[in-house]
Amino acid sequence: MAAVVPAPPRLGAVAWLRANLFSGWFNTILTLLALFLLVRALPPLFDWGVAHAVWGAADPDVCKEASGACWAMIHEKYRLILFGRYPYAEQWRPLLGLVLLVGMIGVSCNRNAWGLRLAEAWVAALAGWLALMWGGFAGLTFVPNNLWGGLPLTLILTVIGLAVAFPLSIFLALGRRSRMPVIRILCRVYIELIRGVPLISLLFMASFMLPLFLPTGVSIDEVLRAQVAIILFSAAYLAEAVRGGLQAIPKGQHEAAHALGLSYWQAQRKIILPQAITVAIPSIVNIFIGLFKDTSLVAIVSLTDLLLAMRQAIADPQWRRFFVEGYVFIALIYFVVCFFMSKYSQYLETQFRSGQQR
Amino acid sequence: MVSPATPAPAAIWRNQRFRLVLYQAAALLLVIAIGAYLVSNTLANLEERSIRTGFGFLSREAGFRIGESVIPYDASSSYGRAYVVGILNTLRVSILGIVLATLIGVLVGMARLSRNWLVVRLASLYVEMVRNVPLLLQLFFWYTMITGLLPSVRQAVQLLPGVYLSKSGLMFPAPVPHPGHPYMAAAFVIGCGLAWGYRGWARRRQEATGQVPKLLLPSLGLIFGPPLLVWLASGAPTALDVPAFTRFTFRGGNSITPEFLSLLAGLVLYTAAFIAENVRGGIQAVPRGQNEAAAALGLRRGTALRLVVLPQALRIVIPPTTNQYLNLAKNSSLAVAIGYPDLVAVTNTSLNQNGQAIECIAIMMGVYLTISLSISVVMNVYDRYVALVER
Amino acid sequence: MRNKTLYARLFIAFTVAVLTGSAHAGKTLDAVLARGDVRCGVSTGVAGFAIADSAGNWTGLDTDFCRGLAAAVLGDAAKVTFVPLSAQQRFTALQSGEVDLLSRNTTWTLTRDASLGLMFAGVTFYDGQGFMVPGDLGVQSATELDGAEVCVQTGTTTELNLADYFRANNMNFKPVVFENLEESISAFFNGRCQVYTTDRSGLAAILAVDAPNPDDYVILPETISKEPLGPVVRRGDDDWFTIVKWLVYALIEAEEKGVTQANVASMMDSQDPVVKRLLGVSGDMGTKLGLGNSWAVQAIQAVGNYGEVYDRNVLPIGLARTGSNRLWTQGGLMYAMPLR
Repeated sequence: MAAVVPAPPRLGAVAWLRANLFSGWFNTILTLLALFLLVRALPPLFDWGVAHAVWGAADPDVCKEASGACWAMIHEKYRLILFGRYPYAEQWRPLLGLVLLVGMIGVSCNRNAWGLRLAEAWVAALAGWLALMWGGFAGLTFVPNNLWGGLPLTLILTVIGLAVAFPLSIFLALGRRSRMPVIRILCRVYIELIRGVPLISLLFMASFMLPLFLPTGVSIDEVLRAQVAIILFSAAYLAEAVRGGLQAIPKGQHEAAHALGLSYWQAQRKIILPQAITVAIPSIVNIFIGLFKDTSLVAIVSLTDLLLAMRQAIADPQWRRFFVEGYVFIALIYFVVCFFMSKYSQYLETQFRSGQQR
Repeated sequence: MVSPATPAPAAIWRNQRFRLVLYQAAALLLVIAIGAYLVSNTLANLEERSIRTGFGFLSREAGFRIGESVIPYDASSSYGRAYVVGILNTLRVSILGIVLATLIGVLVGMARLSRNWLVVRLASLYVEMVRNVPLLLQLFFWYTMITGLLPSVRQAVQLLPGVYLSKSGLMFPAPVPHPGHPYMAAAFVIGCGLAWGYRGWARRRQEATGQVPKLLLPSLGLIFGPPLLVWLASGAPTALDVPAFTRFTFRGGNSITPEFLSLLAGLVLYTAAFIAENVRGGIQAVPRGQNEAAAALGLRRGTALRLVVLPQALRIVIPPTTNQYLNLAKNSSLAVAIGYPDLVAVTNTSLNQNGQAIECIAIMMGVYLTISLSISVVMNVYDRYVALVER
Repeated sequence: MRNKTLYARLFIAFTVAVLTGSAHAGKTLDAVLARGDVRCGVSTGVAGFAIADSAGNWTGLDTDFCRGLAAAVLGDAAKVTFVPLSAQQRFTALQSGEVDLLSRNTTWTLTRDASLGLMFAGVTFYDGQGFMVPGDLGVQSATELDGAEVCVQTGTTTELNLADYFRANNMNFKPVVFENLEESISAFFNGRCQVYTTDRSGLAAILAVDAPNPDDYVILPETISKEPLGPVVRRGDDDWFTIVKWLVYALIEAEEKGVTQANVASMMDSQDPVVKRLLGVSGDMGTKLGLGNSWAVQAIQAVGNYGEVYDRNVLPIGLARTGSNRLWTQGGLMYAMPLR
């Protein structure tokens, strides 16, 4: 049933069908079963999602009459879902931020652009994005971050989380491979502790315990608290990815750097880390995907991320019955982002592998 | 920048070893200082706001009820017992989830390598769809589907005689407790041990004589025979507690709540997609020559897969799959979002009722760490056991 | 080297900005005055008490109290930031100084008053827990609820009262406990449970706002607990505590003396010594609190007296002003300590 078989050469439709769908009684049964499922599932799905669906602006009553999906709900609520409670008139700001982010990601996908320059550009872009979100200058009204929500909040938590956790994770990864036992143990304990508990417990800790840890009079708001938890969380996972990269660097590189008279930090900065991080990038992209999905947990501590914004949108009693449409809509957003990122990570992996084989 | 290697007597801070010790001492001090700072802040805050501290609350009456529990629990039970209920609920869904996710994951992983084009496409569709959407969203979706689309409890569908499905969950008959039951459980455990022993004997015999003893039927007999005998010996009690509809919902029998059902479905389907990828990768990583060699030896495909490919693939599959098991156990914490009373839910309720956030969260984290470490240890032992097969 | 110092400076600037942006002075009143707004923790959406429309405008009894407070302290009822808080977040938010007070249907209990680092400043609404069931179940009384599944929100006194009530009446029930309000409400309306329980005010609000068809549900007659709801402040700041407490009394006193939003200006000429003291014409009551003497006038001008606040917000969700919520002169429990 499961064996690695080379793809047969194409010999025309009938031969292809026979080779791929009807080779043997077992495969024939499987094919028929799968076809049966598809025939049972697809037409009703099409009817629901497309043929009998209500598109564009429409009253909830119109939707109640229709037998298909009520995409009018999305039409009515998409701004609430995408931007949460961010002031309605100012929502061009998070939108502009999203465009900026997509642009930066587009540039970063190009391997030739990788380097310190890109890192600096990212820092600038993130600062610009946050400034745009907050406002309070140049005639932009100030928007406190308890009003941030929807997709921008999800992305901010993810991207800022990774950006801040990344330098931290490098120290952790180096520390875990250090010659100094105390530092090694400290780093290892941190990494294992964080990886051993669920993110939700860290979020709980951040929202219930962090306020007690700080001196009286200093308080940090909820978004920042969740952000701290996400940073601490992702640093541990990133550190393991970077460590994987470090392990892939041949010992000769260390020795060569040492022979050149480079100090430990010089060797790490100029020789080892650039290679190790490059090797680790596919895993880092995977961590990004995981984190992007995991930020949905902040909904549990009542931050209005994409998921909670959608749930608030469908809490409207008029539209409540159309919850499936809401879930499909945001599932699609998550899917598109994660799917392309994971394809990119796979592409990188094959690139690196072919690079090594040369 | 680079200091030339001077033979002059170096000052002590130039001494490599001394510096290493110094760095480590500094790091340790820094960590201790940060820790002390946080602790002193916390103590000051607790003092100033006169918040109670200590674990004394564990023996106090909890006062709240928990929806489902495998041990007796009511509102007059202690906080400690409430925690045990939460931990058991977490373990229940995690263990069941790990077993089911492994089964489905292996099936789907093999389906992705099938020769059947349609099956491959369907399996990939499933894997890509499930992996790229947050688990929490899937949980909400399942829960809303189950409570939204199933009939209300008064119009419950009868699936089988005595088995009902509705918004209140799945109700099914359960045997009326009988004094013979504990003995049956003991007999079952003994039967499992016997089957294990038989397997070892069969392998030794195969190595000694080349004959392959029958494995499946005798094992099943050994596992299920003893409990059956005990059941007969204790008078073959057949009394069933069948759920019956009372004014609001069913009473009697056993039930699976929609919360448990949607959590289990979400966790299993999500984790299975990742395990499937591990399985696929593992099987693909076994060199093709192994398969061809097995075929040349005259092994049938099923046998070749079982005896040649899978044992090798297993070694590659285990470490990432261990990670998935850990993830499943940790992800079960999302139960709190859909109202399943797991450890997090109990923690959350307790800390809201008694305000002792630090103690409650510390217990929760400690338990999760213990679970994670246990899974790691068990899987490491298994990994070593599998690795030893290699010569 | 240039880069390094630049990064270091950016980092420090960022850290400082983050910490100072949210730092508080020790005394709440000073902090409020310095900041120019009152940060008020409210519920995430209970009609009649605190609910935001799609434009983000809050209405309700709890939010009006905060507006009155802002008017009394800062002279401008608009200088309030409403921070919506879930049941689990509310106490942490107050303890950590994220909000200056909670005005968020919170029940006054001994445990909360004594061991959570809070102080209850008064009662703005006397509530009690009730049950809601679908009408077609034919249930007439809560004593018939043996064996039902009950949807309830976690982290509330509701959860404890529920267990107590069923225990006291020797009945059994199965709780289905949810993390947040919306979740528990939609589970009930989806038919997951046969019973929903919360404070009666909450039941009325849910029925008015969330029910797909309000006529399909009935609220059972039993009130199973005492739920005095009122503003809460952080422990350890007696001045602020006193201000909040006396604002509650001032609004009640204003109702008792017939001072309303409309007539407050003309009442300044009143000869009644109590009204004179209340409105700051005599007695320097405001100064004693650390506020201006026109504190009560400003609050009443902004939101009206207690009766007006109640009628504007709570009557529309179908809760007539009966029982304990009437003035003491009419047989209720709304009683202001003497302003002198």
